[in-house]
Amino acid sequence: MARADVRKTYKLYINGQFPRSESGRTFEVLDAKGGFLANASHASRKDARDAVSAARSAFPSWSARTAYNRGQIIYRVAEVLEGRRAQFEAEIIAAEGVTAAKARQYVDAAIDRLVWYAGWADKIAQVTGGANDVAGPFFNHSTPEPSGVIAVMAPQGPLFGLVSVLAPVITTGNTCVVVASEAYPLTSITLAEVLATSDVPAGVVNILTGPQAEIGPWLASHLDVHGLDLTGVTDPDLARTLEEGAADSLKRVRRPDPTEDLLATPALDRMTAFLEIKTVWHPMGI
Amino acid sequence: MGTFDYAPAPESTAIVDVKSTYSLFINGEFVDGTGTSFKTINPATEEILAEVAEASEADVDRAVAAARRAYHKVWGPMPGKERAKYLFRLARIISERSRELAVLETLNNGKPIRESRDIDIPVAAAHFFYYAGWADKLEFSGYGDKPLGVAAQVIPWNFPFLMLAWKIAPALACGNTVVLKPAETTPLTALLFAEICQQADLPPGVVNIVTGAGETGRALVAHPDVDKVAFTGSTSVGKQIAKVVAGTRKSVTLELGGKAANIVFDDAPIDQAIEGIVDGIFFNQGHVCCAGSRLLVQESVADDVLERLKRRMGTLRVGDPLDKNTDVGAINSAEQLAKITELADDGDATGAQRWSPACDLPGTGFWFAPTIFTGVTQAHRLAREEVFGPVLSVLTFRTPKEAVEKANNTPFGLSSGIWSDKGSRTLWMASQLRAGVVWSNTFNRFDPASPFGGYKESGHGREGGRHGLAGYLAKGGN
Amino acid sequence: MATLTSADLTDVTASESALRRFLHGLPGVDQVGADARAAMLGTRSIKTTAKTAALDLAIRMVDLTTLEGMDTPGKVRALCAKAMRPDPMDPSCPATAAVCVYPDMVPAAVEALGSSGVHVAAVATAFPSGRAALDIKLADTQDAVEAGAHEIDMVIDRGAFLSGRYLEVYEEIVAIKAACARSEDEPAHLKVIFETGELQTYDNVRRASWLAMLAGADFIKTSTGKIQPAATLPVTLVMMEAVRDFRALTGTQIGVKPAGGIRTAKEAIKFLVMVNEVGGPDWLDPDWFRFGASTLLNDLLMQRSKMKTGHYWGHDYVTLD
Repeated sequence: MARADVRKTYKLYINGQFPRSESGRTFEVLDAKGGFLANASHASRKDARDAVSAARSAFPSWSARTAYNRGQIIYRVAEVLEGRRAQFEAEIIAAEGVTAAKARQYVDAAIDRLVWYAGWADKIAQVTGGANDVAGPFFNHSTPEPSGVIAVMAPQGPLFGLVSVLAPVITTGNTCVVVASEAYPLTSITLAEVLATSDVPAGVVNILTGPQAEIGPWLASHLDVHGLDLTGVTDPDLARTLEEGAADSLKRVRRPDPTEDLLATPALDRMTAFLEIKTVWHPMGI
Repeated sequence: MGTFDYAPAPESTAIVDVKSTYSLFINGEFVDGTGTSFKTINPATEEILAEVAEASEADVDRAVAAARRAYHKVWGPMPGKERAKYLFRLARIISERSRELAVLETLNNGKPIRESRDIDIPVAAAHFFYYAGWADKLEFSGYGDKPLGVAAQVIPWNFPFLMLAWKIAPALACGNTVVLKPAETTPLTALLFAEICQQADLPPGVVNIVTGAGETGRALVAHPDVDKVAFTGSTSVGKQIAKVVAGTRKSVTLELGGKAANIVFDDAPIDQAIEGIVDGIFFNQGHVCCAGSRLLVQESVADDVLERLKRRMGTLRVGDPLDKNTDVGAINSAEQLAKITELADDGDATGAQRWSPACDLPGTGFWFAPTIFTGVTQAHRLAREEVFGPVLSVLTFRTPKEAVEKANNTPFGLSSGIWSDKGSRTLWMASQLRAGVVWSNTFNRFDPASPFGGYKESGHGREGGRHGLAGYLAKGGN
Repeated sequence: MATLTSADLTDVTASESALRRFLHGLPGVDQVGADARAAMLGTRSIKTTAKTAALDLAIRMVDLTTLEGMDTPGKVRALCAKAMRPDPMDPSCPATAAVCVYPDMVPAAVEALGSSGVHVAAVATAFPSGRAALDIKLADTQDAVEAGAHEIDMVIDRGAFLSGRYLEVYEEIVAIKAACARSEDEPAHLKVIFETGELQTYDNVRRASWLAMLAGADFIKTSTGKIQPAATLPVTLVMMEAVRDFRALTGTQIGVKPAGGIRTAKEAIKFLVMVNEVGGPDWLDPDWFRFGASTLLNDLLMQRSKMKTGHYWGHDYVTLD
């Protein structure tokens, strides 16, 4: 007799925990052929609020870690992902119906992207900061610092897009609340399992599944959110609404760019969009 | 001798030829607007200086069209090294006409001639000189070398000419063309800059100046053919602009309000700290977005610091902005004076203690004596809202952590000050403060090579330095 | 210095360690900030009536100085004549505060100045280096005092100060102060010279100021004039802050004398502005502020004449003594 498999319940990822949506709602996720895959949690306004609260709490210690340490942790995520690649490939094939080769390529790219950002952690300040030669007896230098809590609208797709927007934000010391791809939310929760076991502290990454249009506005207008990445928003009206919502607290907004090729080597702007330049002056005298 | 009363030392206004009326500067020429006009005054005397055109939506449209044409035909295609030479010319002419600019700035703004002469105008010239040097080196900037196009720039009244320089110099260096709207109350030095552009033979349309009030600004920012919006001013207007540009391709930089903490530790170099407190809040009548308007002083030295501060404030010379010995000039407008008065009255009403040195304020014009409020807590409006005037709130703290908590406990994040002789603590403090500029053992220093701009609701983007190029280049991000 | 009370001062000179703790506990001076403050004060514009008054005050504050190996009684007599009547053509021109000479020239100066009211100041204590045994410094001082000097300008032992032997410097000042006493007359006023160009840092200048004030100095003075830099505006500003704070704490007012390097009326007026705004008008008096200078006087006179006549004055129209 065939053994009945044990199926996974896909929940949210908030503050290092995997809670169900407080709303008790779920939505059906289908595979590439239209068959039932799982019920994903339908995150609510209150889940978004809890996620922001977790991200805010995690920010001081995450941003205060040495860049070296953050780099190591991002690298650790890559290591753990590599070890679980078979699971991700299988999930991608199930969700998207792509070939095994294609799925492997996506997982490779996701892992490599993490490794790329891991190396940036302790170099971004050297590249984007620097000494300023002011006309006076002052030591003056500029350094980048993370903006704070970033709400990220992940691009549509199971894994690679998510990693591409998530890694730059946390590498530099921000914490985040991610609204996962609405069509392919399941892999994002599996990625959360990777994060939870890779020394990424609780609250640094929080992942919500559910409709962008419903959760997005609450994040865009939340006063404890400092930045908004709209990469995954394909509806221009929604993008404008979210940007307008962000205007009330002058969040840093990264607009969607339909021409962007995520697979290409990234520019620095995914990191710099959510960095603040701080300039410190000090007199030089005896 | 007993007392040493400095005799009046007024700067002559003969150097400035203030015209009775001013039109708009579009496509290299002064042209009549299709809208109405408004009067601009000297806030120290309330005397009318000139009648200035109020640009209508049609005028703004004409200016943007001129800028677009100049961008496509001349300025965009021009090699960087040629653009550089025009910027160097502008820098030089500003220096040559610096006294004229300083006097005009003081007449129209009310700031002391000492400041317009020694800070506003020379730093503005330095800004053009600095960015001139970037024009042919953009490939090394880290943001590419492609400009955005037409920049709509709206500037405030507190540093009219310096803010013009902060806006125009990097925009032109990067190959953009500009439509700039000076503040309603301080249009005159921008219009003199238009003459300077003519003297420099800057190609027509590269710089356009449209004068007016909020409506003109709104029309400019919302204009569909603008690629870039740069604004310095209040946080509330900044939020409106962020809404207007939402969903567009327009890149935006915003330099907005602040409520900076100036933190004095018990081991501060005390006499310099007092100077830094005074400079922090009374420089430019406190009309400074990065003003050190919240003094956080360690409890153990609070009495000493206050005693010294009061003694020092007693030597501030308040009065005629054109007198070379004036330290604190006129409030820029009746409207601003009313706002300062309202917040100070709220301080009285909510139990803070007001103190000002004895000083005779002139009978006409807009004046507010240098003022400190003690007994202020984070719960007072005075400690939360930007007063934008010569009013200092004094709060105390006990430990460095408490100082950081209080300093960061604001939606603003523009600047901050630290006074201490302990290096490691200073650097720790500097790393903890959520502010774009941290002055340690100094305050209110500005330099074209030094990036300036805020965290949180103090704005987006940086002005000055290499970072100041980002907002004007296609690869610089939003 | 309200963080201190005068009670805090009672024991600070009781031991080497107590004195060190006190001096090193004084607030630091940020050089860049102090320089900036002095530079800002230097931008004050003093015109018309204020300038006229300031020039006369500055003349009255001059310690007209000759401190050369080639000094003779004849040279000193000429200098005294100049001190009493700086502008022989204009009796309204005030006299200087003092002449400043080496101790062996004191008798000639005392005789020449007579009862004019112009004081005789003598540099003592192995001026300018201060490198001699204490008994020699004391004898040097007593010679000058006995010869009738009204004021003694002593130098501190910079070597002792820089190596941290503060109590030794303190005790030497106390000893010289005692040697300024006269049996039948007022004691000579003691000015203590730091040679700020050798102390180099403003922190040192502030410490030296407090050390000298604690030891009983009547005046603190920047320099000998033999070392560069001598009297700068910011170094004098730091000393002015010290005397201001000392008076606030103890009630005792101490004078300040920048010496060396002040050559023009314009510079002198910047010092007066600084005195006015940092110490306050109480110090705007020859009893509390002096300029140690030689060539400064003629520039003050030329500016004074220019103010009176409205045209620029010529170098051949002021006396060269």
